Amino acid sequence: MSELDTTPPLMRVQGLSCAYGAKTVVRDISFDLWPGEVLAIVGESGSGKTTLLNTVAARHMPSAGHVYFDLRDHGLQEIYAMSEAQRRMLARTDWGFVHQHAAEGLRMNVSAGANVSERLMALGQRHYGQLRAQAIDWLERVEINPNRIDDRPDTFSGGMRQRLQIARNLITQPRLVFMDEPTSGLDVSVQAKLLDMMRTLTRQMNLAAIIVTHDLAVARLLAQRMMVMQNGQAVETGLTDQVLDDPQHPYTQLLVSSVLQP
Amino acid sequence: MSQNNPIESGPARDPHINFAYLDERTKRMIRRAILKAVAIPGYQVPFGSREMPLPYGWGTGGIQVTASIIGSTDVLKVIDQGSDDTVNAVNIRRFFQRTTGVEVTTDTTLASIIQTRHRIPETPLREGQVLVYQVPVPEPMQHLEPREQETRQLHALQEYGLMHVNLFEDLSHYGHISSTYDYPVLVNGRYIMSPSPIPKFDNPKMHLNPALQLFGAGREKRIYAVPPYTTVESLGFDDHPFEIQRWESACELCGSKESFLDEVLMDDQGKKMFVCSDSDYCSKRQVAP
Repeated sequence: MSELDTTPPLMRVQGLSCAYGAKTVVRDISFDLWPGEVLAIVGESGSGKTTLLNTVAARHMPSAGHVYFDLRDHGLQEIYAMSEAQRRMLARTDWGFVHQHAAEGLRMNVSAGANVSERLMALGQRHYGQLRAQAIDWLERVEINPNRIDDRPDTFSGGMRQRLQIARNLITQPRLVFMDEPTSGLDVSVQAKLLDMMRTLTRQMNLAAIIVTHDLAVARLLAQRMMVMQNGQAVETGLTDQVLDDPQHPYTQLLVSSVLQP
Repeated sequence: MSQNNPIESGPARDPHINFAYLDERTKRMIRRAILKAVAIPGYQVPFGSREMPLPYGWGTGGIQVTASIIGSTDVLKVIDQGSDDTVNAVNIRRFFQRTTGVEVTTDTTLASIIQTRHRIPETPLREGQVLVYQVPVPEPMQHLEPREQETRQLHALQEYGLMHVNLFEDLSHYGHISSTYDYPVLVNGRYIMSPSPIPKFDNPKMHLNPALQLFGAGREKRIYAVPPYTTVESLGFDDHPFEIQRWESACELCGSKESFLDEVLMDDQGKKMFVCSDSDYCSKRQVAP
């Protein structure tokens, strides 16, 4: 065993399959994710990326396989063997989930401040002044002007909503965040700003992330490692630069060559 | 009927209607729900709410609860916004006079069952009394989380961050908690409960109350309960704790400074007066303050 193997991975996925009725959409996926590592899952629409993400994030029961997560006090645990209460607790403390559409991840009818501090209140923080101070701090960290704290997210632009969603998830200092197409639907300059911010935050917080995207540029900028999916299977995995610069599988070659060069 | 009872005689008992209107099996079903509710304070127990001879929103939940616990020796008091002589109270009282023939009263101390809409009597309740609330919306998180499947799960897992989101909103917009009625409470340290639209002024009265408190929501088909001497804590923040409202003036009829006051407009010039909302309490104090 090498030195590296002595620290456990943050998340270990083994032989994961996922089906909707008779149709299997994710087939036999395995990977390890290490603390602070960003993994991108790329592939075309319908390749099973989002289903895979939901399954490892304990939002969709797998039909076969295991997902283990390194709990702070109990080491690697199978998440589907935990009680629902433990799983939900995990999901709102050590995990984050950033949705493609901010409206799914935010409460659109309450203020930005309440959105950001909801998780802290769920954990039992009951001091309004402190909650508000933390919310302001996080709004600043995601580059939202703190004087917007009392505005509702439906008055925010798409990019701001996405940043607000990130703040809402990161306020509990999670170790892993799941992101489902976080930049799609944003224009390129806003995308660049968001990616830059995410890169800074993941480095600062030693935050691991699994990012589902169909945009290879997002993978290139953020991820150390990537997994290419086709028809529910991982056809190629490896270091991002390696996969993108020297694709081995025919599908990956097609994917890489399909990107328009301006 | 007791002396100094201002109730005009109501309708006579109609022998063609089963005692308390509901059939015996329905009453048993509701009693089972009540027993479960008492066993799990603050938990909303589903029950098979019946069609009643008045519309939803008029107290069908409370009436069904009262109908299933009332016996021929009970003494019934019905109040609406603290008053015994408003439309809702008069009609529910007449309904039970006609279907049970029980004695009715306006006197809080004489009643064994008090059905209420939107108030808790000012006169402290005692052991053996039952307070029945009419509840329009039993789920305290409904306006923040409309999916009932989700709210039931939140209750089951005791995930109550959402309730404080609501209070947080109030504080950030108004600088104080602006909810003045239906103010959420934590019952027995476990379930968050809607106290029905009573003013938050009444919330402290629920805490360790010697009477049994039953809540019936007819349209939503839920019954819940606070058994005698159960802790009922109103939510708040450490730096913005729960507070009840206070008035500058005293009741202009009885001079009470402790009771919940209604603002009554006297004429078209905007002249107004403050009077007790609890009419029984106020009239007794006028006789012997």
